[in-house]
Amino acid sequence: MSKLVMTEEETMLADMARGFLDGAAPVSKFREMRDNGKTHDPALWKEMAAMGWAGVLVPEEAGGSDMGFAAANVIAGEMGKTLAVSPFLSTAVIAATALRQVSDARATEALGRIASGEATYALAIDEGIKFNPEGTQLEAAADGNGFRLNGKKQFVVDGALADRLLVLARTENGLTLFDIPADRDGVEWDAAVTIDARDTARFSFENVEATGEDVLGAVDDAMTVLKPAIEAGQAALAAEMAGLSAGAFDMTVGYLKERKQFGVEIGRFQALQHRAAHLWCEIEVTASAILNAGRMLDSDPESASLAVSIAKARATDTAKLAVIEGVQMHGGIGMTDAYDMGFYMKRARVGAEWLGDYSYHAEKVAALRGF
Amino acid sequence: MSDLDTFRAELRVWLEENCPKEMRDGLMTEEAICWGGKDWIFTSDAQKDWLDRAAAKGYTVPTWPVEYGGAGLNRDQEKVFHEEMARLNARVPLQSFGIWMLGPALLHFGSHDQKLAYLPPIARGEVRWCQGYSEPGAGSDLANVQTHGEDKGDHWLVNGQKIWTSYADKASQIFALIRTDREAPKHKGISFLLIDMEDPGVETRPIQMISGISPFCETFFTNVKVPKHRIVGEENRGWDVAKYLLTHEREMISGGAGGLAGGGRALGAVLSDTMETLDATLRADAMRCEIDTLAIGLTLERYKDQAEAGQGAGDASAMLKYMGTELNKQRHELMMSAGGSDALEWEGPLGNRAGDWLRTKANSIEGGTSEVMLSIVSRRVLGLPA
Repeated sequence: MSKLVMTEEETMLADMARGFLDGAAPVSKFREMRDNGKTHDPALWKEMAAMGWAGVLVPEEAGGSDMGFAAANVIAGEMGKTLAVSPFLSTAVIAATALRQVSDARATEALGRIASGEATYALAIDEGIKFNPEGTQLEAAADGNGFRLNGKKQFVVDGALADRLLVLARTENGLTLFDIPADRDGVEWDAAVTIDARDTARFSFENVEATGEDVLGAVDDAMTVLKPAIEAGQAALAAEMAGLSAGAFDMTVGYLKERKQFGVEIGRFQALQHRAAHLWCEIEVTASAILNAGRMLDSDPESASLAVSIAKARATDTAKLAVIEGVQMHGGIGMTDAYDMGFYMKRARVGAEWLGDYSYHAEKVAALRGF
Repeated sequence: MSDLDTFRAELRVWLEENCPKEMRDGLMTEEAICWGGKDWIFTSDAQKDWLDRAAAKGYTVPTWPVEYGGAGLNRDQEKVFHEEMARLNARVPLQSFGIWMLGPALLHFGSHDQKLAYLPPIARGEVRWCQGYSEPGAGSDLANVQTHGEDKGDHWLVNGQKIWTSYADKASQIFALIRTDREAPKHKGISFLLIDMEDPGVETRPIQMISGISPFCETFFTNVKVPKHRIVGEENRGWDVAKYLLTHEREMISGGAGGLAGGGRALGAVLSDTMETLDATLRADAMRCEIDTLAIGLTLERYKDQAEAGQGAGDASAMLKYMGTELNKQRHELMMSAGGSDALEWEGPLGNRAGDWLRTKANSIEGGTSEVMLSIVSRRVLGLPA
């Protein structure tokens, strides 16, 4: 029976990750990247790979550290606290989980390249303004022994610099997932840097050739491979947002203790104390949902959908509250670009939309709970 | 088969054989609860059989030590116990303030003799206890209790008044906060006394509430003699016991109030009993409430697991109490909305839904208001200055 309590290994992993990120990827580092128009830090990713983070979900025989989903959530949570930028979610969580569902030599090799930090991936799934995999229109028409892909994708997170793309396409009798190099003929993209200074891109696919080799899993059956990958991504994103909430909250409580107005620390005012306390309660409840999602993905992945959607919905809601209260309790300084709180707010907004917003996950919960 | 699997298998057989069919409806309404006590009138033979059989196995208080009437279950076994009870939709055989509040306090602070004297009768449902904490002048400022115990050598002579003493009119014993030192600072002059309500100096008077029922009472003490051995913990250190007990009370209110801890029916399904198609706004509110309910249920589990792992979350009860009760109020607001005009009568097509709704308004007041809970979190967890 898995426990809703951090194991010793997880606590150690969190401590180690925090130590590393405070040194190698503090918020000031993110600010520097933003100021220089950079959305990637390949050297940082290499370091993360060396620590086993890129291979967190890659089997040991393929060169990974295979620590599991709860551990991936721990890492994502710590990254959220310092707003560390990396291809962790797209590559180490989503792509690795998808590839793990396939047991052939090619997938094993691809997993090895993920674990070593050589290969990065982006998931090309959204076509409209909201997450809706089932509504995929990008067409992969049968053509001889292979396919031709035509259509568009947007909000492809990490798309501008990814080596490979996982593309969800409509085939004759369903949806099919393709794993292709990002520079294949006919693939065009435009960078669409989001408010959180992260890399996303719009893609167009024009008569892009794909072979049976490029299909991940079975034709017309993308979800066997993709559903676990999406759920792992949703859980890790929720963990990142929970970490982000905690980071913003720590800043805010710190400010309440030092900022003086009317001759006293503003943290003495009950109006602010109760709001800060309420926010802490929300963060605590969300932490339970995150931990549970990791435990379910590790122990019973086929039944994890409810746990994952609760986690993503709660994390979205809590992060929103954390950054709104963060800015408000900081007052004017919270609105300035020179102060970090705005970074948390922007990342929270992007995280809210990626891989399904609150309403999407609330509908999932409702469906799974029978209403 | 692991020990836990064996335990589950044996428990399942025992439940099948011993839980009466009538007790398998999972009902948690006031009418369905077995509170026990010396004057308890069982609503059916099944209710009595279920209590007697469960008590004989220690299953009324499954985690208490066997020598005090429990079954001595560890945390894993306790989880299995609740899962198997839920599988059968079995009613809880006995509920009481003795189980939820006094028991944990006695297990922590009581002497061995006190445990032997008071715990087994609670476990068997023979004695019903109530709680004497609040006073007319001591609500959120609970430590301001004025009910006085004068030291008379071998006993205290108690005089004063308590209020909001739930079910005082149905209980035969009361655990109460009594001021035994008027000179000391307010937190340091309180003792935790066990008082026999059959003493002629104890009087109770029910208070009619907005929900139409009278679970709360005023309780008056006039020259009541309380023997010295009926103190829990040290003299004038009753506040420690009181606070410890409050954490259990708060967890009980947060979890018990909405049946939030696992197994509960989905809110959407409950609402659909009344409305065939939930309108969009109500449905959206219900989804949010459902997500929060499940997440708070997980938090209850997490804190229990943490406690077992020795990772203290000392002030967790304030958080759970605040979040759980506020959510329960929302839940009942939604049930009223779904019930429409059918929910507006005292005994209408939906039973006493309005009474239940009104009752929940006390959830965020009793056992410490939401505002007091937030102040506790602010001070003890966030370290904000008082």
